[in-house]
Amino acid sequence: MTLKLKYFGMTAEASGKDEELLDNNYSSVKELKADLLAKYPNLLEINFKVAVNQEIVNDDYKLSGNEEIALLPPFAGG
Amino acid sequence: MNLTNQEKNRYSRHILLGKIGLEGQEKLKAAKVLVIGVGGLGCPVLQYLTAAGVGELGIIDYDIIDETNLQRQILFTVNDIGKNKAEVAKNRLKQLNPHINFNVYPEKLTTRNALNLFSEYDIIVDGTDNFSTRYLVNDACVITNKPLIYGAIYKFEGQVTVFNYKGGPTYRCLFPEPPKAGSVPNCSEIGVLGVLPGLIGTQQANEVIKLILGIGKLLSGKLLTYDSLNNSFLTLTINRSEEQVQKVLDEKSNFKDFDYDFFCGIISTFDVNEISLDELRKMFNSSDNFQLVDVRQEWEQPRVEKDNVLIAPLNELESYVTKIATDKKVIVVCQHGIRSIAAIEQLEKEYNFNNLINLQGGIENW
Repeated sequence: MTLKLKYFGMTAEASGKDEELLDNNYSSVKELKADLLAKYPNLLEINFKVAVNQEIVNDDYKLSGNEEIALLPPFAGG
Repeated sequence: MNLTNQEKNRYSRHILLGKIGLEGQEKLKAAKVLVIGVGGLGCPVLQYLTAAGVGELGIIDYDIIDETNLQRQILFTVNDIGKNKAEVAKNRLKQLNPHINFNVYPEKLTTRNALNLFSEYDIIVDGTDNFSTRYLVNDACVITNKPLIYGAIYKFEGQVTVFNYKGGPTYRCLFPEPPKAGSVPNCSEIGVLGVLPGLIGTQQANEVIKLILGIGKLLSGKLLTYDSLNNSFLTLTINRSEEQVQKVLDEKSNFKDFDYDFFCGIISTFDVNEISLDELRKMFNSSDNFQLVDVRQEWEQPRVEKDNVLIAPLNELESYVTKIATDKKVIVVCQHGIRSIAAIEQLEKEYNFNNLINLQGGIENW
């Protein structure tokens, strides 16, 4: 079970990568986020949203297997 | 709205298209669109809507043209520097298409003028460059029930979507809370690829035209993200949150007095005492009795190797509360001075601390 993570905008800068594969040891988005925040503490400064299989979800969303995850920060530029 | 023969000739390449035709072109002429902000996004949006024959265009921007705008704000020339963006845009666009009615508002969009202004248009286009105006625009669209064509950019990436269209999601359904003040830098602080707003603004113009014509699929409930470095587009589904929409509607009568700068933390919502890195160095050199609480993870560099340092990562802060001094000054630090403010806020609000001082700008240059 593998998660494919994609980082957008500032989340890519905070993690230092655009993409990453992670073993899926998480039952929910909340658990995944907690792990990512511990690994990449600069993410704590960004109020990003998480998409699972191209759908923006809440923290209580259950992860089940091989999912595609996107970390989406807000942009303000115009 | 009938077209003159001259207009029929001008728009012939639209009229030839089965999905547009004369009827579609007349819909474009009857449409009223308000474009907020004439920056990197607003310029291409206005240019294409003017060329396409959208009958009435509102242009609002209080800002003046600066030399650094010319790298991406393609309606302006060196002769326009120092002039109001909305006025210059109108004069330029009038030359492109004299059949369009332009309404120029060389003023700031505020909670005082937004509702009246929005109610005069069918569609609102967001080309602003800051969060407080984006939340203001969203809320005014929810209150006046107008579709919002949203575009936003960051360095090499952009986002486009249609908010508040026929029961679809709104900006607050995607981002209920604004980011912490100062945590998302703007184009003037970090730069932006000049061609990027051209691409994103053109996508916004395309959504406006499809919405007016009622053709194709709109990006309602779909956020299109674009990465210009990898040429990758990704479309993400956004769901409507009735709770978020209702919150805005419930506060409708307070809208005019709502302070969006305050909401977005531009005016400090949270009064925190701060010291500079130099002042911190002086405190270490003097005999000051204080504690330094580092809310970063243990491996983050540079470390402060002193006896009076407590390491208490922000995500585990609760378990360290009893070790934080209450009887002397406590300097709270992190990498950039943003997480430390969040830590101070949590400690003051939940645990009644009153001796906490933030290290401004963080410990990065220790």
